[in-house]
Amino acid sequence: MAKRRGTTHNRTTHNRTTHNRTGWLLVLPLVVVLIPFFVAPIVGVVVASFVQSDGFGGIVPAFTWENYANIFTSRLTLDLYWATFRFAVFAWFFSLLIGFWIAYFLVFHVRNPLLAMGLFLLCTVPFWTSNIIRMISWIPLLGKEGLINSALLGVGVIDQPLGVLLFSSLAVVIAYVHQLTIFMIVPIFNSMARIDKRTIEAARDAGASRFDIVRLIVFPMSKTGIALGSIFVVSIVMGDFFVVKVMSGGGSASVVGAFYEDVGVLQYPSAAASAVILTAVVSLMVVAILRTVDIRRELTK
Amino acid sequence: MSNGTFRPVSATQGISRRQVLKRGAAVAAAVAGSEVVGAPTIWAQEIKDIELRHVGVSYSVVKAIGDQAAKDLGFKITMQNLDTSAAINRFITQPNTVDIPDLEGWQAKLATKRGVIQGINVKKVKEFDNFLPIFTKGELDGHKIPRQGISPYEAMYIAKPDATELHEGVTDWATFLPQVYNADSIGYRPDLVGHKVTEWKELIDPKFKGKAAILDVPAIGIMDAALCFESAGLIKYGNKGNMTKEEIDFTINKLIELKKAGHFRATWTTFDQSVQLMAAGEVIIQSMWSPAVAAVRVKQIPCVYAPVNKKGDKEGYRGWCNGLGLMKHLTGKKLDAAYEYINWYYTGWQGAFVSRYGYYSPVPSTARKHMTPTEWAFWYEGKPAPEPIKDPYGVLMEPAGTVRDGGSFIERVTNISCWNTLMDEAAYMNKRWNDFKAA
Repeated sequence: MAKRRGTTHNRTTHNRTTHNRTGWLLVLPLVVVLIPFFVAPIVGVVVASFVQSDGFGGIVPAFTWENYANIFTSRLTLDLYWATFRFAVFAWFFSLLIGFWIAYFLVFHVRNPLLAMGLFLLCTVPFWTSNIIRMISWIPLLGKEGLINSALLGVGVIDQPLGVLLFSSLAVVIAYVHQLTIFMIVPIFNSMARIDKRTIEAARDAGASRFDIVRLIVFPMSKTGIALGSIFVVSIVMGDFFVVKVMSGGGSASVVGAFYEDVGVLQYPSAAASAVILTAVVSLMVVAILRTVDIRRELTK
Repeated sequence: MSNGTFRPVSATQGISRRQVLKRGAAVAAAVAGSEVVGAPTIWAQEIKDIELRHVGVSYSVVKAIGDQAAKDLGFKITMQNLDTSAAINRFITQPNTVDIPDLEGWQAKLATKRGVIQGINVKKVKEFDNFLPIFTKGELDGHKIPRQGISPYEAMYIAKPDATELHEGVTDWATFLPQVYNADSIGYRPDLVGHKVTEWKELIDPKFKGKAAILDVPAIGIMDAALCFESAGLIKYGNKGNMTKEEIDFTINKLIELKKAGHFRATWTTFDQSVQLMAAGEVIIQSMWSPAVAAVRVKQIPCVYAPVNKKGDKEGYRGWCNGLGLMKHLTGKKLDAAYEYINWYYTGWQGAFVSRYGYYSPVPSTARKHMTPTEWAFWYEGKPAPEPIKDPYGVLMEPAGTVRDGGSFIERVTNISCWNTLMDEAAYMNKRWNDFKAA
């Protein structure tokens, strides 16, 4: 008996350790990837943000708050964040507007699932070329001697080409929306596809208008997708400098663009501090989105 | 070499000097004969596994040149392109991933300070005595080359191979050896501007409001701006290439004023962007690079490179110069191969190649031997082209009778008034440049 109990006891401990070990083994690949490629670089950047630069690409290993003090006392920081926020809000709004309706159309109006899938894939066509080509392609369309201006001049609507179409904030927003709408379509499509069609039918039978169905059923039930799409769009715009640089013709600045210039003159510590602050700001924005929509609850529902 | 008779003196000198160095003579013979017979067998066996990585900006590190060098030298040469800031960042943070850094004067200064390069023994460089004295002595025909900014001469010498400070005056150890350079100014559309442009102030003239562009690389963009403001008589700089904080503030505030008034249609960062802006009619006047002007003209769009000859203390070209360095980690056979490569660079093939798109070779005497008399007359002597001019890849560039903008080599180079630079106040300048961008 005693012997037996001992065996049982041993077996339980044994089971627990096996269980633990399996757990660790399952987590291991992720840890092996994350520590060297994510945690270590971030720690490196954080450390670099607290040292001094010698002005020649070297660092003086002495602790200082100066890099952060400079950023928080500079008017430039505010201007840069204001400029980038503005682009983020516009890009988010228009990509949501367009992305939502495209997803809605694909899920609820295209009856043939094969056709829906085909149209869905069609949305990804712009991504078969590189980011750079997608942006350069706007020039013959939006330029002073571009298609739109030529057409408007030809019709006689304007007598001077519109300069505002290209190398302007408008052009930046157009490029972002073109580029990022797909990041809205995919998660929203996904959420909508999980809505039980019978709910919609029931609503219709009960006399709800098409608008009411969208407002009261489809929209609330797509919140997860909208939240996920918003996280993609907002964090991509906040971390971008290339689209702004090209599409504004160098006329607008961005948070990342500014510290990229710091890297260009080997001012690593101040660039690192700017990067840490940007990471914190973007994390806060993501948290704010997650506070509005409980993605985890929605996904496991 | 077919034209060996043109330089009997230098060749003899080069070889006799090398006889002091034990294996040098064989090496020299290998170079001298490389284009015809290839390297001697033993050397070829030793070096065939060597690979040199030459890293730098696209207008200076050219694949076609690397391919030709590999063919002539018998070892592998990989050309890698990065933009200016990515390049200097790589030299400094990953020095072991580069063998031959392509350095501008100011980058050579930085690389020296960081100790990532080793001195080049100029005694091992066969054509060194034929280098233009612009670089080796800081003068040309008794004319002192200006030192606003960081002139190639200023950044060229160190006292010892492992020194980390530049040395004033000639020594046997070079930080970098110039390989390609030019004098930059303004490009404009003569059909739309309507008159000849010879002064920088035209770029900021209100009549070009909304039709002008400026270069958006802070370190050199600010110098182009400075040339404009000085030309317009708004300010007199102590040293445009190393401004004080007050001078930086003045310049940036002026730029912000212009931007707010809608003067700049755009700013550009790459060669292609500047061509695109001009060819698409977005701008009619902008700071520009010489081959970019040529690229616009190839599209049958009229474009002129303004000759901004010095007038007293004003005007003048902004000069730049890229050169070859040796990374510190090079030793043994790889170092020998690197010296071979350096020596190959100055045998003339590369000099002729870069001349064909409007840049210059620091050893024109060898470049000339690889150019046709027509090319030499057009690109260097500033004479009307006796025959049509083609680019390095054989595309027709200019019809017969065209005269190069800005005239002869001597006229253009002696009118350089400042050089590409990295200011002492670079961090501050950068911050203010971002103010301009965010305004």
